Amino acid sequence: MKRVIALLMENQPGALSRVVGLFSQRGYNIETLIVAPTSDPTLSRLTMTTNGDEKVVQQITKQLDKLIDVVTVSDLGESDFVERELMLVKFNKNSIASDEIEKFEGKVVFEDNEIINLQFVGEPDKLDKLVETLNTKEPLEIVRSGSSGISSNSKTLTI
Amino acid sequence: MSKKQTSGADALIQSLHKEGVELVFGYPGGAVLHIYDALFNQSEVEHILVRHEQGAVHAADGYARSTGRPGVALVTSGPGATNAITGLATAYMDSTPLVVISGQVKSELIGTDSFQETDMIGVSRPIVKHSFLVQKAEDIPEIVKKAFHIATTGRPGPVVIDIPKDLTDSNHTFEFNYPNEINMRSYKPAKTGDPKQIEQAIDLILEAKKPVIYSGGGVIQDNASAELTELAKLLKFPITNTLMGLGAFPGSDPQFLGMLGMHGTYEANMVMHNADLIIAVGARFDDRITNDPKQFALKAKKIHIDVDPASLSKIINVDVPVVGSAKECLSALITELNKQKIDTNKVEPWLKQISEWRNEHGLNHSMLDIVPDNGKILPQQVIQSLYKETEGKAFITSDVGQHQMFAAQYYFFDKPRQWINSGGLGTMGFGLPSAMGVQFAFPEDTVACVTGEGSIQMCIQELSTCFQYGLPIKIINLNNAALGMVKQWQDMQYGGRHSASTYENSLPNFCALSESYGHVGIKVTKLDELESAMKECISLKDKLVFLDVDVDPDEHVYPMLEAGNAMDFMHLSKDKKTW
Repeated sequence: MKRVIALLMENQPGALSRVVGLFSQRGYNIETLIVAPTSDPTLSRLTMTTNGDEKVVQQITKQLDKLIDVVTVSDLGESDFVERELMLVKFNKNSIASDEIEKFEGKVVFEDNEIINLQFVGEPDKLDKLVETLNTKEPLEIVRSGSSGISSNSKTLTI
Repeated sequence: MSKKQTSGADALIQSLHKEGVELVFGYPGGAVLHIYDALFNQSEVEHILVRHEQGAVHAADGYARSTGRPGVALVTSGPGATNAITGLATAYMDSTPLVVISGQVKSELIGTDSFQETDMIGVSRPIVKHSFLVQKAEDIPEIVKKAFHIATTGRPGPVVIDIPKDLTDSNHTFEFNYPNEINMRSYKPAKTGDPKQIEQAIDLILEAKKPVIYSGGGVIQDNASAELTELAKLLKFPITNTLMGLGAFPGSDPQFLGMLGMHGTYEANMVMHNADLIIAVGARFDDRITNDPKQFALKAKKIHIDVDPASLSKIINVDVPVVGSAKECLSALITELNKQKIDTNKVEPWLKQISEWRNEHGLNHSMLDIVPDNGKILPQQVIQSLYKETEGKAFITSDVGQHQMFAAQYYFFDKPRQWINSGGLGTMGFGLPSAMGVQFAFPEDTVACVTGEGSIQMCIQELSTCFQYGLPIKIINLNNAALGMVKQWQDMQYGGRHSASTYENSLPNFCALSESYGHVGIKVTKLDELESAMKECISLKDKLVFLDVDVDPDEHVYPMLEAGNAMDFMHLSKDKKTW
């Protein structure tokens, strides 16, 4: 089962490698991973998606929490949450028509005589389906950001 | 008046002094020369020069395990740092509090593949509790404070401080301030157990008819032996210890079942398999205990007390998990139980069953009375002779293999911190250097290193350190001229094909070797010489003695769990098994 885990960690060199290293060391999978500083510059927020049953995810969150640089961990799946992913796609200008872009809810973020870059934002599952469709139109490159997530209740991941 | 200015190197030594560090085990090299110069100029922190960095970390480890205080090692960059890795992994697996300081190349050279450069933080990452790469000399005091705090609290473990050479240079000085307290928002280990969980544990304890206490190294780490013993006595519950937990409950007490697990006693493993309640304290249900986790103690409810939340329900699902320090949680249980009426008669039939198991297949504790037909000395006899001669009071360190198991089975450890071995990582070469750490901490006590001719050769260079510092360690070498445990497995599972497990007459004369290092060597080849030789060995109070005993090379360690089964599947001898 896919799970989304979010955590806050000290914004320090080496902190990320401890998190990533933990996954390979203990044989867990990372499907996607995003890290960025928060509005508190001493903290980074990391969001990852992983696969595993309840027991595995529990171990993952406990092991993450044990890392000294990790301040707090949350398995977002414990409550309702919103998950979104950003996808950028590059086409030859003549590969995709503007009405199709509109139909797929894409946004043109760059355009010249040869190239057009599109931006899509959505739930990862929907982007998966969209990729299948877009692949029939010979995209030059597809880049996905990996999932970001936020819980849908008043609970926040703060310290 | 302004405070005295210090260099980073001086600040490091002063910080160690502030932490109460008396001994540092280390080995100098380019990246730590400033630190060694700072050591030279003071007398508060004594430096012990080992012969290999692995020895430094193991010695610090032995010091830490025997005293309960953090051990400190100092190594240089590159090979110095990588040589420390086995020591770090050993300490990590057994949760020993260590602070290991490694020199690093100058800040400006990091990442350039410069001479003796290794990414110590990267290399050590999976085997440390935490690590620090110092970036400013002024940060050294705070980092040292944090390192000791992290190493010694919660589930203890080794912490690395990697210091680039330029940050210890005396051309840069600053005002030394050592923080009194440290507050880390990301690190707050639990202490007391949740009262609700304690209450649930009490309910299970009062109901149990076939209970057992299974305790591990966590009890020793947390100095909770008195509480553990009190609880066991109060309830009259039988108790077994893991390899790491031996000594937490008096080994010679009849309530003690012996060690459990892979080479645990018949009665301990039978009790675990048939129990209706297992109270695990500071133990982690590792694979040397559970055998097949799917078949582990299926009839038992389980209470698990551990300071590390990640240890709970990691391998075995438990009914009542209690996160907290062993000492605090055991005290809470005792306090609550004292309010209850405890009916110890309820466990009487269980205790009777246990004594039947013990009589049936328990270990023979009068091995010295046996005279084997083949005239050879049994390794167990050497341990019993050592036990007798030291009156059970010696510190025993060991290496890894058959000798380690024989020591664990046949020496009754009545006190915590008396038995020091590499249980988790299983590091050959640990015995002698860890014994040095113990002997430094307890100069008046007998410290014996039970080893084999394989393990001892993995850190034998430390015989030189022992001579330099006059450490009168007793090395008890169970010499079977083979890698005994490897050979045992080859006998049992590989049709007796002894692939690379014997030395083909290439072993040194250990007595002559020890003598060349300035020590005493005593060779024993006959059983009737054993006890007098042991007496002589132990009585030479001021000398390191290498007692090299030829033991029966065909002896196996039993009981032994049959892999892939429940805990009641045991080999009891070469031709007897329980199934």
